[in-house]
Amino acid sequence: MQRNPYLPLPMKLVKNFTETEDKLIHTFTFQFLSEEDEKSFPYMPGQFAEVCVFGKGEAPFGIASSPTEPGFLKFSVAKVGVVSTALHLMEEGTIAGVRGPLGNYYPVEQMKGKNIVIIGGGFAFTTLRSLITYILEPGHRGDYGRLTVIYGARNPGLLLYKDELDQWDQRSDIDLVCTIDRPVDGWTRKVGFVPAVTKEVAPSSENAVAIICGPPVMIKFTMPELEALGFKPEQIIMSLENRMKCGIGMCGRCNVGNKYVCKDGPVFTKAELNQLPNEY
Amino acid sequence: MIIAKNDLPGLLDKLMSEYEVYAPVKEGAYSLYKKIKSGSEACFGYVNSKIPPKGVLFPQSEKLFCYNMTGEGAKLEECIDSGKKVVFGIRPCDAKSLLLLDNVFNNDKFRDPYYLTRRENTLLVGMACLEPAGTCFCTSMGTGPFDKAGLDIMLTDIGDAYLVEPVSEKGGALAAGLGLSAAGEEQKAAAAKARDSAEVACRVNIEGLKARLDANFYDPIWERFHEKCLGCAACTYSCPTCHCFDIVDEAVDCNGCRVRNWDSCMFPLFTLHGSGHNPRPGGKERMRQRVMHKFKYFVDNFNATACVGCGRCIKNCPVNLDIREILADIQGEGRSDK
Repeated sequence: MQRNPYLPLPMKLVKNFTETEDKLIHTFTFQFLSEEDEKSFPYMPGQFAEVCVFGKGEAPFGIASSPTEPGFLKFSVAKVGVVSTALHLMEEGTIAGVRGPLGNYYPVEQMKGKNIVIIGGGFAFTTLRSLITYILEPGHRGDYGRLTVIYGARNPGLLLYKDELDQWDQRSDIDLVCTIDRPVDGWTRKVGFVPAVTKEVAPSSENAVAIICGPPVMIKFTMPELEALGFKPEQIIMSLENRMKCGIGMCGRCNVGNKYVCKDGPVFTKAELNQLPNEY
Repeated sequence: MIIAKNDLPGLLDKLMSEYEVYAPVKEGAYSLYKKIKSGSEACFGYVNSKIPPKGVLFPQSEKLFCYNMTGEGAKLEECIDSGKKVVFGIRPCDAKSLLLLDNVFNNDKFRDPYYLTRRENTLLVGMACLEPAGTCFCTSMGTGPFDKAGLDIMLTDIGDAYLVEPVSEKGGALAAGLGLSAAGEEQKAAAAKARDSAEVACRVNIEGLKARLDANFYDPIWERFHEKCLGCAACTYSCPTCHCFDIVDEAVDCNGCRVRNWDSCMFPLFTLHGSGHNPRPGGKERMRQRVMHKFKYFVDNFNATACVGCGRCIKNCPVNLDIREILADIQGEGRSDK
């Protein structure tokens, strides 16, 4: 019988980093306790895991690290409920549990040979970071064409992974466009909402795949821009979120139509979502 | 083979030396499947239990594992129950429901070791229904009062005895070990007669239902069904095919257990996001989910309807919502049209 899917893997919290200026999002770095544990957790960009605080419970979070970064897992978590609050208060060195990897992943095989357009908003940038890091890995970069990343936040302080954004800015093999909602002193990059910036950047849809993650309102208004650029539903990839518990398609709450976001998703093409009711 | 009714308590006692035996027990005005301590506790004068026996395999509340935080890390202890069990007197509809639940707990990607371990170690001794209730509509849902699907042994009441028919290999072995006397022609004839006279009067037409549900997600018909629903979830808790659950920690400091409890799609909290967004915010969406899950999504995924027609949701609803009427309405044959 396969491993009990309900049992978490104990991992050590090695870094509890305050990611945003409003302090509501922390990035947690968990270290595997042994090589065997790490081998038992083979994951891909786009997958998620249930992170548990012993004594409080568990909650699902997208994995922000990339499989090309061995030894640890990273999660960026907003302080919202019991588990995320306990995580925010957790001291470095504490043992927590991680259960996964769960869900499907971005179709990195089918994306080979194509230009990649990644559009993210707010703090829905976690698994996108995993994907970008995966693509930028020297062993993988040649498999993909042009890489365009459009990333928006309300203000500069709410952007995640600021150091990495700066590093990506220096590179010639990624076109990074960061934008904020309103002008701020000292901000030299773009100002404007993600849909407008997408229109302005106008990434070509030819031989391209667009991956889009963000708040519903951003997705709602960016979708027509992508369509105007010629992106077909099959070329648009999204990652859904719904409340989850089991993560393995049994507890019944995260379904959209006959698909479970946890087991059959969270990654779906727009074409697949068009076949399902809008219950997400 | 036959078992004389007088011999049944003794036979259950015998079974109890090797198995945990679950049988219908009277609880006030109701019957419930409980682990019995003596063969005489079992009471077979029942139509069906208030709550289905799925809880023997998928308890209403169960520990998944316990944990202790030590200086070196976390010590986890799985709580898998591999005790041998017999459910004695399960009705055919409830046995059928377990065949449906097998699909859920052993899906295309994951196996649930808690349910499946119990399932492997549990024998189902069925009791044919001679007097189906007015709320029963099993024959419309692909099962029936004498359906042997999923059973290991089938019993039929023939007056002062039960006719015993082994169904599975495991059931045959169990029956063979009980030293029962052979059934005579007369007794076989009595069982056949009982079978012919039992009738499930109520019929629900589900022909073409799936095709209608495929197309009516946005139909205004869903505005009506939930109007008197209180959202109490009695329908889902008493449903033999409902499998939704919640997972919570019960702990003092960092030492405790992870527990799963039955949950229900009829509750708003079931789907509420941390952000405050709720994809199924109202009674309309939740009632639609319950009907769609049973009669469309489950069919899409497993090619079977997740309803066995036991009628418990009808009996237990405090405001008399009736799934048969909802289905008839969807089929365009509602009462007002008659």
